[in-house]
Formats: sequence, structure tokens, C-alpha cells
Amino acid sequence: MEEKEFYSKSTSSKYGKKIGRLTRVKESAIKFFFAVNGTMALIFIILIFVFLFKEGLRALDHIGLIDFLFLDRAAGDGTVERVFQWYPTSEEPRYSLIPLIIGTLLTAIPATIISTLLGVGAGIYLSEVANPKIKEFLKPMIELFAGIPTVVLGFIMLVVGASFFNDLLHPANRLNAFVAAIGLSFVIIPIIASLTEDALHSIPNELRMASYGLGATKWQTISKVILPAAFSGVSASIILGFGRAIGETMIVLMCAGNAANITANIFLSVRTMTATIAAEMGEVSQGSDHYYSLFFIGIVLFTITFFLNLIAEIIINKMRKKNTF
Amino acid sequence: MELKRRKKDYMGNISLGLIRATFIFLVVILFLLLGKIFVEGIGVISPEFLLDSPKNNMTEGGIGPAIFGTIAVTFLMILFAVPLGVCSAIYLNEYATDSFFTRIIRTSINNLAGVPSIVFGLFGLGFFILFIGKGLDDVLQTGLLFGQPALLWASATLAVLVLPIVIVSTLEALNSVPKSHREASYGLGATKWQTIRSVVLPQARPGILTGTILAISRGAGETAPILFLGAAFFLPNLPIADFCIGDYCIPMINPTEQFMYLAYHIFIMATQSANPTKTMPLQYGATLVLIVLTFLLNITAIIFRYRFRKILGKL
Amino acid sequence: MKETKIVVKDLNLYYGEKQALKNITLDIPAKRVTAFIGPSGCGKSTFIRVLNRMNDLIDHVKIDGEVFIDGVNIYDRSLDIVNLRKNVGMVFQKSNLFPKSVFENIVYGPKINGIRDKKTLDEIVERTLNQAAIWDEVKDRLNDNALSLSGGQQQRLCIARALAVEPEIILMDEPASALDPISTAKIEELIHDLKKEYTIVIVTHNMQQAARVSDQTAFFYLGELIEFDRTTTIFTKPSKKQTEDYITGRFG
Repeated sequence: MEEKEFYSKSTSSKYGKKIGRLTRVKESAIKFFFAVNGTMALIFIILIFVFLFKEGLRALDHIGLIDFLFLDRAAGDGTVERVFQWYPTSEEPRYSLIPLIIGTLLTAIPATIISTLLGVGAGIYLSEVANPKIKEFLKPMIELFAGIPTVVLGFIMLVVGASFFNDLLHPANRLNAFVAAIGLSFVIIPIIASLTEDALHSIPNELRMASYGLGATKWQTISKVILPAAFSGVSASIILGFGRAIGETMIVLMCAGNAANITANIFLSVRTMTATIAAEMGEVSQGSDHYYSLFFIGIVLFTITFFLNLIAEIIINKMRKKNTF
Repeated sequence: MELKRRKKDYMGNISLGLIRATFIFLVVILFLLLGKIFVEGIGVISPEFLLDSPKNNMTEGGIGPAIFGTIAVTFLMILFAVPLGVCSAIYLNEYATDSFFTRIIRTSINNLAGVPSIVFGLFGLGFFILFIGKGLDDVLQTGLLFGQPALLWASATLAVLVLPIVIVSTLEALNSVPKSHREASYGLGATKWQTIRSVVLPQARPGILTGTILAISRGAGETAPILFLGAAFFLPNLPIADFCIGDYCIPMINPTEQFMYLAYHIFIMATQSANPTKTMPLQYGATLVLIVLTFLLNITAIIFRYRFRKILGKL
Repeated sequence: MKETKIVVKDLNLYYGEKQALKNITLDIPAKRVTAFIGPSGCGKSTFIRVLNRMNDLIDHVKIDGEVFIDGVNIYDRSLDIVNLRKNVGMVFQKSNLFPKSVFENIVYGPKINGIRDKKTLDEIVERTLNQAAIWDEVKDRLNDNALSLSGGQQQRLCIARALAVEPEIILMDEPASALDPISTAKIEELIHDLKKEYTIVIVTHNMQQAARVSDQTAFFYLGELIEFDRTTTIFTKPSKKQTEDYITGRFG
């Protein structure tokens, strides 16, 4: 009896209201609107990809892929010499990217090495050594440090740093890869320091307690337990720092000397890929081979940093999965 | 049981000492450099310097138009970047499920943050100026108005550059709203949008503001992207035009014009100055202004974020 | 004459691969207090959230079975869940008042239903705060931040907020577990008053509270409904050994 009564209420019950069409459409429309926005970051990456390639691949219309590596030209005496030069404005235009890549590496690698030593050290200090009150004050300071515009760093290195190192080390060129690398370090140290601190901080305290409980000193704990445990995080930060060093423009443009040399001597002037684009884009005529070749350099740059970022992200994701305590 | 006397951990102490030393070293260097800029530049700072135009090949005068240009460009940039970034973050945090597609989006955001700034410049040129701008010109029959370097495209390009900053800050802000508040709202029979609008967003406002300030600071400091998107070293006029309806005119920013930009100005002065000795004090002055501007913005954002994190911590 | 409000038939719930609720079948009577008891992890909190479909908000949850309220299957695909939640109110373990004023918290529900008239809203606020036995304590502090109230007051405010949307059923998930004994007593008194007009389902880990407050009690263990009967019976003459062991404290 009672059961029939219960189920017969369903016809008049207020619990049975179906989702109104208008509401359903409205909420779906709102969700769609946000979803479109949500995919914009992805869309922009794709667009950057597409438009870089669109202009950059046009370079291959007239310039062979080999030409981007070297040019075989006839020397005056009848032999053929292989030139690795970037000299698009010469009568016989040369588009070798080799000097530019070397320039990039000659500035980025020393910068990353210096920044790793100093940055990881700073990260260790913040995470393990500094007392919490000081740390609360210092972490924002690193952020401030990281917020300095690169043009300001370039300016300071150009005006103060170059002369300082010139007097100290007497390099062959006043503006050289070394000065640029020092300048780059100012940009990368905060990145590495900050990410290292995050990585170290996320190692659970239980590990430290276990180490101390077994009679280890602070330094032993840091070097044998914490740093190894945070290895992937620290590596990711170094990779990201390296990627940043490769992609930096203003500091190398202002301080590295802008001569496309092939050399391993960091005290000579060099030209990086980024500086080349920055310096020459303003002076090329649209649609010329030179113009397209600059976009081509952009493709190379973008590809390198894209993969570096991807690797770093994979490492960080793996680390997150492992660290879910 | 024999208790040995505690061995001094020489290795450890030296290492820790070195680490402290590196940190102090870095801090000292930073202060020296900033101090140098301050000392050399402060002499030049005056109301005239901040408002006047450059004169005599930048050996005299001021950086007024460069400051104006920076404000105009970052203003437009924020108009583009903040709504887009906030809505992106809302989607990721409130609507999206943990799927392959969502992970791709998050990867894209991280990747966008890592794109070299000069590549953004190329993107701005190839996409905004040559594709969108030229397209607009073709459709609206305006000749060569949009398809050339202009304030509008510089702002748009910088907006894409700072987008990850806005998204990440907003995500943090949205995440900090406790899940239980959303549950309470749903439990009372609110729809998702009602919950976002009335419960989540109001609480996330400080975080969004922080993200906006950080984005402004980043945009104002970037030089490479705008090198060939419309920045100029010297323009006789500000990029303003009168917007007239009949006889009634208001001066507004003209987004199709070129502009002066403080960061760009410093770059040109430092590298292409005709008379370095005469312009040097002005270079320091301009640099000081840019640094102070950046620092003020960043400090504001940091304090803001600190305070709103504290408030949430207390709940 | 017992009238049934909620009928649950063969309900199974899965979190991904793990089954959290197994074949739950029971009838919840109207205008009575029904308590769910059981040790930690037995599924009672999960089950109470089945009744207002709050589990829908969690990823990877799968539900099998039927739940009828007043004869309507609330797991029907076309059902308006938003409307369901207006009619089935919920009070949570920890007060989740919005960081707004007392007044704003109460009228949040009515406002999203479109009620704008100031006079009506004022009436709602006074009525519900009275129902929650807290009117005298906050009537002069309606514009104060709700979070400035004491823990017990906040929880009663949550109850008032739930009442403001005029549900017929109120679900309470351990409403007093974070409160001191005096506040707990006030809440229990409140439940006793409310059951005259509302159907109340309460989850509690405190057996004595269940005994004090409820008319029916359901004992859950490891996702299964072990026994469901009048409270006096459960606590004096339980028919299953597991129930007896739990009641007498042999495990928990």
C-alpha cells in the first residue's frame, strides 16, 4: 500500500524537475566559451610554429639546406675552399649558421656553468641553510632579481662590466663571449636558484630526520641524501636555465661583440643566433633571401628551446609522480 | 661503550661556509650594480627629464614620450592578455578534467613561457603584421594602415608573451579558494557558472591582480620582441589621435602609429649613441627609471601576494 | 504511520576500480532522523553524498542502482541536478561559510534562485536563523563577517543557510564532530526541533550521538549495509553479530 503511494508521488514531485533546455544551453555555452579561451595557449604555440615555418621555409627556395652549413666557393687560385661564414650581404652571400650556433653555445654554455654553480649553491642555501625568517625575505628578493629587464643588464655589462673585465683580463676584444656570459648569468642564476630551492624543499622532512637520526652531519645529509633525491628537479632547472641562455637576445646583442667568428676562445667577439635576428631584421628588405633566412634562424632557435622545455617538463612530471607521498 | 670525542666535520663546515659565501657574494654584486645605476642616474632625474622629449640627438631633454609609449603599449597589452588569461585559467581549473588534452594545454603554457623573446618578435611580424594586419588592410581597403609596425601589434605580441604569467597567477588564485566553498555552493543548488561568478572569482581577485602587475612589469622590460614591431628612437609626435564624433573630439591612443618605448630607448642610446660621453648620464637616468618602475611593480605584486596568502592561511 | 521519503535499491558505487558501496538497499522515512554509523572508511559519508548527487563532482566515480525521492529516480539522466540540490540540503563536517557577511551567506541560496526583493530576503534571514536557534545571538551582527563567529555558531549558521533554500530533506555529514560538547548539544537540540518539518539524515562516528538523536539507525561496514532498524532496537537488541561487536566497542 505504502509503496504505491510513494511511487505515485513522482508525477507531482518537485524532485522530478528535468534540466531546462535554456539552462542546459546556457551552461554549455559558458563552458564552451571558457574552453575556447583555455585552448588559446595551445593555439598560439601552433600559430608560432606555423608562421615561423611559413616564412622560414621560404628561405629554402633559393638557399639550399647545405648552404646553411657551409659554402664551397672558388678561391682565387683555382682550388675550392669550404667557408663557414655568415655574410648575407656580401656579393657572394654566405648563410652558414655554424658561426652563429657556435656564438650561441660559446655564450650559453659558460653562462650555464657559472649559473649552475652559483645558482644551485644559492638554492641549497635558501632551502637548507637559511633560517625560515630570512628565507621569507630572500625568496622575494630573488624574484625581484629575476625581474630586472635584460636591457638593463645588457646596459650595465656594456658600460661597467666590459671595462672592468677589460682592465682585469686584457681580452683580445673588449666585448666578447665572456662578458656576455657573465651578463647572462644574472638572468639564469635566479631561475636555477628558485627551481632548485623548490626541488629541495619538496623533499619530505622524514628523509632528513632519518639521516640525522643515523648520526649524519648537515652537510652529509645535504650532499648524500637531499641533493640526490632532488636530482631530477635540479637537472630540470639547469636545462631550463640553459634554454633561457640560448634564447636571450638583448644581453648578447649589447655585449658579445657582434662579430660572427668561429672560435673556442671566449675572449673573442661572437654573434649569436638571437643577436643576428635582432640586429639584421630591421635592415632587410621584406621578401629577400636574407629576410627569409632570418626566419629560418628563428625556426632553429624555436625548435631547440621547444625541445629543451619539453625535456625539462617531462623530468618535472616524472619527479612529481614519484614524490606523491 | 666507547663514546669518541666528536670529530670536527671540516669538509662539511667548509662546504656550508662556501655556500653561504656564494649567496652573500651574489647579493653584494647585485647591490653594487644597482647602486651604480642609482648613483650615476639620480643626478639626471627631474620632472623635465620624465616629461620632456629628447632633444639634440638625445644629448639633452628627457624620456617623456618613451614613458608614455611604454604606458600605452602595456595598457593595450593588459586589455588583451588579462581577459584571455583569466578565462583560460578558469577553464583549466574549474571545467577541465584530467585528460590527455588538458595535459597538452598545460604543456603549451609552459612552452609558451620558454619561447625566446626574439622569436615572439618574428611571430609578431609574420603573424600579426603580415597576416592579420595585411588581411585587415585588404578587407577594409585601407591601403597600408594595419599591415605595418604599429602600437597595436606590439601590444598584441607582448600580450601573447605575458599570457603564461597571467594564467599561472590566476590558476594559483583559483586553486587557493577552498574546495569546501564550492561544495557549499553546489549543495545549495547553484550552477557551476553561478558558483564561479559569486564564490570563486571574488576570492581569487587579489591573485588575478598580482598576475596583472607581474605581467605589466614583464611587458615593460621586454625589448627584443618590439624591435621591429613599431618601436622607434625618435618620433616628433606622441601616438595620439583625436577620436571625433561630429564636433566632439577626445584624444585617444592611436594604435596604428609607431611609438617610443623606454626599454628600447635605453638599448638604442647604449649602442648607437652619437656622443656617448654627453648621453651617458641620460642613459643612466633612463635605466634608473626603468629599474625603479620594474621594482615598484614587482614589489607591489609580491606584497600583495604575501598578504592574500596570509589571509587564506589564517582561514 | 511511517511515510517513506527516500528509497534506495541495489546501490553500488565505484571509485575507479575500487568498489566503495556494495548493494545498498534501504528506505528512509519522512520527517524522522535517520543515522548512519560505522567505523572509518565504511562508506557512510560516501553514501550520504549519493542522496544529493554530490559524488558527481568527483572524477572517476561510477554509480549503479536506483535512488528514488518521492518516487522520482534522481539518477535519471535528464534530471535537473541543480534543482535536486535545492531540495536536498547538506551540512558539512567543517563549516564552509563563504567569506562574506552573515546576511550574505544566508541569502546566497535564495539569490541564485532569483529572489531579489529586500523585504523577502530579510524575512528569510530572520526565519532561518530562528529555525537554527541562533537568531538572538547574531541579529545585531548580520553584517559582520560570518567567519568571526565561534565554531558552534558557524555550524548553526551553515544549517540556517541550508534551510534558506527550503529543502525537504537535510543531509548532515558529521555536523558536530569538530565542535565542543556544549555546541554539540545545541546542534542535537536543533535536530530534534527540525525533524518536525524536515527529513534528516545524519552521518556520525559518535554512537552515543546516534542513539540520542535518531529514530532509525543504519550500520555500515566496509561498504555494505549490515543492519538497518529502529534506533532502540539497534542499540539494545541488534540482530547481526557485527553490529553488536561495533556497538559494544569490540572494534571501531
